[in-house]
Amino acid sequence: MFKEKGILFDVTLCIGCGSCYEACKEVNKLPQTNNDFLKDHLSDNTFTVVEQYGELYARKLCMHCNDPACASVCLVGAITKSPTGAVVYDAEKCIGCRYCMQACPHKIPRYEWGTTHPRVRKCNLCDERVKTGKLPGCVDACPTEAALFGDMDQIIEIAKQRLKENPDKYYQHIYGLEEAGGSHVLVISPVPFEQLGFGSNLPLEPMPEFTMRAMEKIPSVVVGGGAFLSAMYWLTKRKNQIAKEEKKQTNGN
Amino acid sequence: MKASEILKPTFWKVVSVIIVTMGLFSTYFRFSRGLGATTNLHDTVPWGLWIGFDFLGVGLAAAGFTIAATVHIFHIHKFEPLVRPAILTAFLGYSVVVCLLVVDLGRPENFWHPLVMWNIHSVMFEITWCLICYTTVLMLEFAPVVLEKFNFKAPIKILKMISIPIVIAGVLFSTLHQSSFGSLYLIVPGKLHPLWYSSLLPVHFYISCIAAGLSMIIFESFLIARSFTKEDGFYNTGLQMDVLSGAAFAVLIALIAGFLLKIYDFVENGKLIYLTIFSTETYLFDLEIILGTILPIYVLSFRKFREDKKWLYIISIFVISGLILNRLNVSITGLAASSGVNYFPSFDEISITMMLVVLALFAFRLIAKYFPLFVNEESEDPVNGRVQINHNY
Repeated sequence: MFKEKGILFDVTLCIGCGSCYEACKEVNKLPQTNNDFLKDHLSDNTFTVVEQYGELYARKLCMHCNDPACASVCLVGAITKSPTGAVVYDAEKCIGCRYCMQACPHKIPRYEWGTTHPRVRKCNLCDERVKTGKLPGCVDACPTEAALFGDMDQIIEIAKQRLKENPDKYYQHIYGLEEAGGSHVLVISPVPFEQLGFGSNLPLEPMPEFTMRAMEKIPSVVVGGGAFLSAMYWLTKRKNQIAKEEKKQTNGN
Repeated sequence: MKASEILKPTFWKVVSVIIVTMGLFSTYFRFSRGLGATTNLHDTVPWGLWIGFDFLGVGLAAAGFTIAATVHIFHIHKFEPLVRPAILTAFLGYSVVVCLLVVDLGRPENFWHPLVMWNIHSVMFEITWCLICYTTVLMLEFAPVVLEKFNFKAPIKILKMISIPIVIAGVLFSTLHQSSFGSLYLIVPGKLHPLWYSSLLPVHFYISCIAAGLSMIIFESFLIARSFTKEDGFYNTGLQMDVLSGAAFAVLIALIAGFLLKIYDFVENGKLIYLTIFSTETYLFDLEIILGTILPIYVLSFRKFREDKKWLYIISIFVISGLILNRLNVSITGLAASSGVNYFPSFDEISITMMLVVLALFAFRLIAKYFPLFVNEESEDPVNGRVQINHNY
């Protein structure tokens, strides 16, 4: 069986060279957006960035959630989970409601505001490359193995091992393992993650659960509501009828 | 009306023509230049005035289903005179909403995709279908008014036969999508300010739309009574006081229910602490609650105020403002802090919205003039004398 893949990003190994940034631009045929990659930010032409926090560097990209909020809210199913684990987008289906951008807990999707035929833009974990057995562009380009690509169970194991073997070196948490129900991009770092601009206080359950709790009540609202309204229609009609007849009778007497 | 009369410029006519002209230009720019060039939307503020306006448009149009249910399901015939204005308000409100939704879509040419591409887990999918179905229901509910005018008997007969299932379907569709507009935000617990975020959002939305929808009808009927006179050739001269105070009582009950639910929500989820933090959000929340809930509850709980035309008019404006504030707070201001960007709608966003509102008001006025809308037993047809109108819708 094809195993779902993911990226493990180790902040301690990242030297801030920007190879991943350049490779991403090249693979996705994106134009240059900033002379200094460290000052760039995610946009419709930039799917991954390297941010500097003192001596540390943190990469930002789509987290490829296990149960993605963006895919669950898309009314036409333009965003789906690929068998590789990547969260992919089909512009042909998209109607452009931008609910995915509103819903994403990691604030990742970007929009082509400048065009009259805009697409939602974000990292797709190089889904096509991965399907043909290649590495994602960014991982392929990383000179220090700060980004590892592999089967999810394997990279989780590696992350746990690194945390366990070097308790002084790492902040004891794997970001992305549980955040928003877990994702296919995992991050380990020497400092707490909010210091690196990662969203803190994210719910630990999948985001679609929040909606499902309300949505699953719909069938009972429809059936119960329909029955209630029909019953009320019949009852109040009957009540009025009886009242009318009684009135008639009193008048007759 | 003679052509010279139609062309006679009055203040409101001139303003309306200016607004519509500007709106048409803005619409042209929006489609020829794209969203980025014409709106202040942004990657972190993907939804703005248009979506916010959809929220309040749908909320204020809620009387369409509450009044229909009151009269046709619960057989409280006292409110029959409200049915037609309520359904027309709802239909025009929803028309504005649908137009704005299409304007807001990044790929409007794909607007039909939800019909064939389904994701039943999406709240947006459910809302889209409910909007389509309910707008159809509203059309069927209002059709007899038009058909009567032109004396088409056969279609009216068919519509009468299926009228009750239609009303029931309308109530169910409304219940679903009115609450689902709140459900849209269930998935952003980290983004929406806790003053508004709640797992009870759909229930809050549902209850508040009932109060505001009815207030809208009260407000409208006074407006109509003031501006549409018999001398102008209108049939309609407003509504009877006891009907309006009855509606006001229903508003009071809905407001109290909504307020109690808010209190429960705040106590249960430990959110009271946020009320003590001084921030823009807290001020806006206080304004929304005091203006739109507490004050109206206080005033409406006195019978003498409920039966006073002037007070009803003022309070209905308060309740409507409360809902407008609430919906804009949920859809725009409540999210501002997490987006890190200050959003204010662009000229084109405002002008397209205003154009659609003006067009809807114009349509309402036109229909109120030529179709029996605010009929009651005493109303008279200026041409044929006394009219007998069936209140089957």
